Amino acid sequence: MFSIERWQEIFEGLYKNKLRTALTGVSVASGIFILVILLGAGNGIQNGIQKQFEQDAVNRVSVWPGVTQKEYNGLGVGRSVQLHNADYDLATTLLKDYIEYKSAIFSVWSGNIVYKKETGTYRVEGVHPDYQFIENASMVKGRFVNQSDNANYEKNVIIGQKVANDLFKNGEDPLGEQLNVSGMIYKVVGVYSDPGGEREESRVFIPIATAQKAYSAGDSIRSMAFTLKKSGQFDNAVAESHEFTQKLETFLKARHTIAPDDQGALYINNSLEQAKNIYIITGGVQAFFWFVGICTIIAGVVGVGNIMLIIVKERTKEIGIRKALGASPISIITMILQEAVFITVIAGFSGLIFGLIVWEIVGPYVEADFFTRPEVDFNVAVTTLVILIVAGAFAGFVPAYRAAKIRPIVALRGE
Amino acid sequence: MIEIKDLHKSYQMGKNSLHVLKGINFDVKEGEFVSIMGSSGSGKSTLLNIIGILDETDEGSYTLDNVPIKNLNETIASQYRNKFLGFVFQSFNLINYKTALDNVALPLYYQGMARKERMERSMHYLEKVGLANWAKHLPNEMSGGQKQRVAIARALASDPKVLLADEPTGALDTKTSYEVMELIQQINDEGKTVLVVTHEPDIADMTKRIVYLKDGQIESDKLVNQIRASQYV
Repeated sequence: MFSIERWQEIFEGLYKNKLRTALTGVSVASGIFILVILLGAGNGIQNGIQKQFEQDAVNRVSVWPGVTQKEYNGLGVGRSVQLHNADYDLATTLLKDYIEYKSAIFSVWSGNIVYKKETGTYRVEGVHPDYQFIENASMVKGRFVNQSDNANYEKNVIIGQKVANDLFKNGEDPLGEQLNVSGMIYKVVGVYSDPGGEREESRVFIPIATAQKAYSAGDSIRSMAFTLKKSGQFDNAVAESHEFTQKLETFLKARHTIAPDDQGALYINNSLEQAKNIYIITGGVQAFFWFVGICTIIAGVVGVGNIMLIIVKERTKEIGIRKALGASPISIITMILQEAVFITVIAGFSGLIFGLIVWEIVGPYVEADFFTRPEVDFNVAVTTLVILIVAGAFAGFVPAYRAAKIRPIVALRGE
Repeated sequence: MIEIKDLHKSYQMGKNSLHVLKGINFDVKEGEFVSIMGSSGSGKSTLLNIIGILDETDEGSYTLDNVPIKNLNETIASQYRNKFLGFVFQSFNLINYKTALDNVALPLYYQGMARKERMERSMHYLEKVGLANWAKHLPNEMSGGQKQRVAIARALASDPKVLLADEPTGALDTKTSYEVMELIQQINDEGKTVLVVTHEPDIADMTKRIVYLKDGQIESDKLVNQIRASQYV
């Protein structure tokens, strides 16, 4: 197998039959290349989908009130439910074992915000300090709402990156600047960015206590948001969040005299259950690309085997001559297989490297909403290459073995 | 050198069995130059294939250089072919992507000879057939006569006991045929045992013994006065 003489003989064969060598090589290389491209695209789509749902903390539960749709305990239909600070305080105390981050929210749907000559309309939300983590927001500058803001009704505002870009057009540092938010002056203490992109970044946050006071809301709140403590396993996490949701619902419905089966009075949105769907979708996408990839490998193996068959057929006479001159069957088989494996390895690696280079160069330019970071797991690629080589050698073995069995007189009778 | 006793050979053609060789008794001593003649279907090529260990006997015995040739596996058969026999075919059977020199060197490669020695020895045999200048040429750059001389050089390269030629002049014109025969006569003059299958009487007359096959049996076997090919060239 490792004798130099034999390799010289094989290289001579490959070199003198350039066209055959090139065609075999190209078919193997293109097979691996397509596989790498497919795997990269599959990963890109998967990463893209995951990124789309990264905007909020994945185990988030939101609660907001609606209007009753059922009569209950003597109360009629069409009654608006209003949540209060007390609901929030009691719920967080009752369910504190589940909760990681918590915030009540008092939102002003659209606030007119003015800075010098620039104005814009943005959502204004009064929140607790934990809200930063519920939103998955990260601070670009300054800080988020803190406890003392709420305790002292501070008129501080934290603005989104988009808001900062819109209002501070000349590149001024927003920190410490005064903003007029719906007629009241606030001081900018922080700028945040959000993985959800511009839509999520065109909001401003103020302390909830300040918001309730400024908009004469008393102790009313508009909604509540929680994230739950992380659980090791995804299914456990879903179960726990389901449990939490039910307890919260039971508690709030009892407090507000809502029928337990009233669908419209209280909305509870559990992002983890949505996340489960996302996992199923990405799992499906991944399975699809694996299916396509495996089909590609099978096509590649069949292709290599087919090429081997043709090569052996074409070389029947040569094999007959070699046998007449004293070549043993085993030397014929190893010669054909060594050639085949050599071509497959070289061509396969070329296709692999070429595919990786293409993703390396093209990858950064094809960022889109549902397509990002198209990368290929190198180990997966190498594994498929090895499978292709082994399968190719195996596919080549059958015709090689048959060729070695051909009686020289049959092979030489050709003309 | 070659001893064949009561040799039978038949081929299955579908459901029919074709009895090609029906009891051949045939000896060749070292240094002989024998031609096997016969009409097509007489079994002469089959006999040559059996002598060349390219085919197997059904019945009877075949001994080559005191080695019984019977029930050999493919690996042993290929070793014996390499060691004992040199083949020359009607259609030359050179490997068309190898140069003349590499073609001649091929049997030596299968003997496991080192490359340098292989090339020197192959060059020596190419010189012997007068084609030293054509060593680096591919077969398709050569004439038929040149190709056959390369094939003869290849057959001689492993220094076999017997040179087997199956219609060596079948694809050549008369003049080239005689040139090739002259070369084969020279080889025989040096002591090599040569067997030629032919259907051309003038070629057979250039050997020293003519065996006629008819319907799978030897019809006649006689020594003849050799006509030197050189007188025609």
